[in-house]
Amino acid sequence: MSTTEVAVKTEIEAKLIPIYIMGKKYEVPETLTIMKAIEYAGYKYIRGCGCRGGVCGACSTVYRKPGDYKIHVGLACQTVVEPEMYLTQIPFYPAIRSTYDFTRLSGQAEEIFEIYPELFRCVACNACTKVCPMDVQVMDYIAALKQGDIKKAAELSFDCIQCGLCASRCMGELPQYHIAQLARRLNGAHLTPPAEHLKTMVANIEASRFNDGLTKLKAMDTETLKKTYQEREMEPATAGEDWTPKDNQYL
Amino acid sequence: MKISYYPGCTLKTKAKNLERSALACFDVLGIDYEELPRWNCCGAVYSLADDDLLHIIAPVRDLIRVKERGHDTVMTLCSMCYNTLARANELMKNDEKKRYTINTFMDEEPDYAGEVKVVHFLDYLRDVIGWDKLREQIKVPLNDLKVAPYYGCTLLRPREVALDHPDNPTIMQTFLETLGTTVVNFPSATVCCGSYQVLGNPDAALKVSHGILNDAVKHGAEALALACPLCDYNLGFRQDAILNNFPDAREIPVYYFTQLLAVALGTDPAVSHFELNRAGSVQLLKSKKFISGTAS
Repeated sequence: MSTTEVAVKTEIEAKLIPIYIMGKKYEVPETLTIMKAIEYAGYKYIRGCGCRGGVCGACSTVYRKPGDYKIHVGLACQTVVEPEMYLTQIPFYPAIRSTYDFTRLSGQAEEIFEIYPELFRCVACNACTKVCPMDVQVMDYIAALKQGDIKKAAELSFDCIQCGLCASRCMGELPQYHIAQLARRLNGAHLTPPAEHLKTMVANIEASRFNDGLTKLKAMDTETLKKTYQEREMEPATAGEDWTPKDNQYL
Repeated sequence: MKISYYPGCTLKTKAKNLERSALACFDVLGIDYEELPRWNCCGAVYSLADDDLLHIIAPVRDLIRVKERGHDTVMTLCSMCYNTLARANELMKNDEKKRYTINTFMDEEPDYAGEVKVVHFLDYLRDVIGWDKLREQIKVPLNDLKVAPYYGCTLLRPREVALDHPDNPTIMQTFLETLGTTVVNFPSATVCCGSYQVLGNPDAALKVSHGILNDAVKHGAEALALACPLCDYNLGFRQDAILNNFPDAREIPVYYFTQLLAVALGTDPAVSHFELNRAGSVQLLKSKKFISGTAS
């Protein structure tokens, strides 16, 4: 058996299944993600595709399966195709992001109420939580904000990737993910204690503690710089809490 | 047995004095409670449209949370929350068709059929703790404080969820007597405070609020006791506007019933957050020597 024959056989072994992209039927290999299946079917991504790693939130996809009234969701880059699924991508959903001067805010719940008064249109239908591809408790963080608990909202919304599917399903027309972002910003800026080690580090930088190291790097020719970079001491992946580099002059 | 406690959004923001004073009382009275770990706005107003099931979803979801905790009772403090939750509960108990629609819509939640009992702190005091037991716990009797019991609407109407007789209630009166106060009954005790009219027609609301306060003052009240943050907004917070608009208006302190209870139970006045009431409120309690002069 020649190598060519083996290759052909491998391709045939990937079973083709029917899926419906925006209502049109395509036969695609069952092992592909939705994103690869869309490309396999001949579409070319110009937008609606970002990191391909399940982080950026650009490829949110909704689909239905035969005989099932539920809306299913997934990130196209992470979700494997299923036979007979009807899908479309919703890479963007319009939601008003209010403009505000962050420097004037102090972390009061009333500030969020003023910037996003539509918050109070929530009727607790839970469609947002049900549609979230990241399993964020969207309705619960909206409830927390109505109760004035910015910290809780920030923590509950931490895994949000800003895909906007919550806003697409909201009967109160809330831009949940923008409101949550404001909550996380306020939490970070005003409700979380400042990191002490950061202060020390900033003071060190301002006291020119790293200047000679930087001057040395800047004076290097490209080859030496590359070599220095490649030979730098790295923290091993399995290093414990107490690991320190051999060269600790900048610590 | 442990019960669920449902605070309501306003008690976490504008009406902290209602919640904090009540929780201090719960502790003194040994009420075994747990704030619901996941709760959403009750909806604030019970929707009157016959086909408006959408606005019943929120309170029913809260009741499901209570059932999930394995509790048979949920305690409320805000009379609006009480009303909304209790009416949603009645609907789920009695209307088979609507119950089916709501349960089918909330397919991610367990079915609910009104298994939980919705109570207000006032009827919990009456029915579970009992006035006699409560009287035994009073450390600072509020003797000579002339208080008018103000019910407003939502503790008494509609009849299905009324804590007491809708037209001739006595529960707040008995409560205030138990604290040692001199109760001043007045005809406006069950008149609406103006409610949300304060948003669309503030002048009309102000007139109604003034009428209530004036009635209480005329009957000799030194203070008003109530259970609703919206009533407190109209009758307490807006008193400056009332004083400015009506020459015959007199200032009168307005308390949450829980604040008076907290003082009578001898708790630290700090838990009652009198700084959120009108300035005259704490002065009156100091002048009667119910609390010490240093409390804010």
